[in-house]
Amino acid sequence: MSGGARVEVVGLSAAYGRTRVVESVRLTVEPGGWLAIIGPNGSGKSTLLRSILGFHPHGGQVRVDGVPTSGVPRRERARILAYAPQTPVLPEAVTTREYVTLGRTPHRPLLSAPRAVDRQVVADVMDRLGLGPLAERPLATLSGGEQQRAVLARALAQQPRVLLLDEPTAALDLGHAQQVLDLVDRLRRQDGLTVLSTLHDLTLAGQYADRLALLSEGRVVAEGRPADVLTPAALATHYGARAEVVAGPNGPTVMPVR
Amino acid sequence: MTTTAGGTRPQTEPVAPRWRHRPGLVLGGAGLALFAALLAGIWVGALPLPPGAVVVTLLDRLPGIHLSGGLGPTQEAVLLQLRMPRVVLASLVGAGLAISGASYQGVFRNPLADPYLLGAAAGAGLGATLVIAYSPVERVGPFGIVPLAAFVGALVGVGCALALGTAAGGSHSATLLLAGVAVAAFLAAGQTLVQQQNTDDLREVYGWLLGQLGRTQWSDVVLVLPYLVPACVVLLFCGRPLDVLAVGDDEATGLGVHPGRVRLLVILAASMATASAVAVSGLIGFVGLVVPHIARRFVGGSNARVLPVSLLIGGAFLVLADLVARVVLAPAELPIGVVTAFVGAPFFGGLLWFGARRR
Repeated sequence: MSGGARVEVVGLSAAYGRTRVVESVRLTVEPGGWLAIIGPNGSGKSTLLRSILGFHPHGGQVRVDGVPTSGVPRRERARILAYAPQTPVLPEAVTTREYVTLGRTPHRPLLSAPRAVDRQVVADVMDRLGLGPLAERPLATLSGGEQQRAVLARALAQQPRVLLLDEPTAALDLGHAQQVLDLVDRLRRQDGLTVLSTLHDLTLAGQYADRLALLSEGRVVAEGRPADVLTPAALATHYGARAEVVAGPNGPTVMPVR
Repeated sequence: MTTTAGGTRPQTEPVAPRWRHRPGLVLGGAGLALFAALLAGIWVGALPLPPGAVVVTLLDRLPGIHLSGGLGPTQEAVLLQLRMPRVVLASLVGAGLAISGASYQGVFRNPLADPYLLGAAAGAGLGATLVIAYSPVERVGPFGIVPLAAFVGALVGVGCALALGTAAGGSHSATLLLAGVAVAAFLAAGQTLVQQQNTDDLREVYGWLLGQLGRTQWSDVVLVLPYLVPACVVLLFCGRPLDVLAVGDDEATGLGVHPGRVRLLVILAASMATASAVAVSGLIGFVGLVVPHIARRFVGGSNARVLPVSLLIGGAFLVLADLVARVVLAPAELPIGVVTAFVGAPFFGGLLWFGARRR
């Protein structure tokens, strides 16, 4: 893998019909960095992520290593940016290996069978994510945590430079959530991947990401190191929440207060 | 040994049957089945033809080969003018309907989709009914007017559904399905109206609706070939793109595919195959719905494998169904649409039953 890329989002705006959901967002993620987009429900986190990927019509510009993505053909873009959605559509009666192999789509001719190099990349990725024993199991019979790992494996099989994850822990219990985030962190450190994710769990966001962007009503209202963004005042203003923030060695912990 | 629904499955039990890892074997088996069905369809009938003499007669007609000991003139006429075109057409129609059904199921991510979903059946029905009721001529050149009208009607039906669906909601599959429902209902109402005004023609209309291969001539084969074969070839190539589409539009886009374009291409090709099949054989149900599921039992859910296997099984299935339709009440014939459901439904039921028990 060719290491992470620098991602710049400049003046990005998006709307559903006439309702503007994302308003002039400016973000930068350094190569190998992990930026988590946080914010209350309906603040536009998923729309922002989908706009950065080009799935949603938007204004403004997204640049990867200085190159605007709007001019890059879709297939080529898919070799740079890989996406794992919040609720992945899992095709029926397909094995885990077949599903992960779909990640090779942007690298191989669309009509031909997977080549030896594709099978090798898929096998490596599945080994790394501990999916080897599940390779021939139908995807639908996997547990929630295993399915999330399969989705991650499919994204990694794209051999991307940037990983975009929409709520990677949404369906997982605390233990499995930590496992997935540990995994993402390891991949980021080993391969230098750039990670851009939404995360609704503030403590997990504070512990794992090295930068946070707080989105409120479609605008970035705070951006910086977790300790600077996660303040009781910000949580009160934008979440309407009463919470204490406790500093820790790996980042701040957010504790709700009754 | 019984297992209850929702019972947990031990991790060590192999989940996929062994043949799933041998798609080539399944493909070869399906090809053999089609070949065997074609032979059976030629040999068996109201006038039995001696198998050896049939083979000799067919070889004799190849350029550069001269053999004696073939069929007599009557038998040869039955073989070449009645049975051969019929068997060939049955295999083409079955193959076309099955691969179209598999493609529709893939494109709409809906296991209940069938080739008639987007108004192809209703359009063909209206077209055929209109010309049966009102057309002063029976033939245009070498071709019957009913197949032509059914072909055009099917394409118009799908065209309307596509236009309405695209105008209403882009290429989203749910909108397209609903547009198909609306168009089909409208065209079916038109057909009912025409039928009600022309009750004398009801028998002929119903004969066509139930599907028929009884009056097949080589001209029918010639009529469908230029549309059916290219459509099937396109669909065979669409298996892998359809597999990518199965993960949803966002993710397919993220993998570098254009979901809208793939969907449009598949729908156009499948509709072309369906329209040409319907034109020459009427509305034969069940094949397009169930054959893809039979294929999935053997090769899993990947469209890249389901499509070609469906094509072969569909061809074999319809040839055998037609054989049953000819033989059971010989010399009278059953409508083939009745046979496909009558034979196919219990067969598929058994497949579901044994599939569930094996688990």
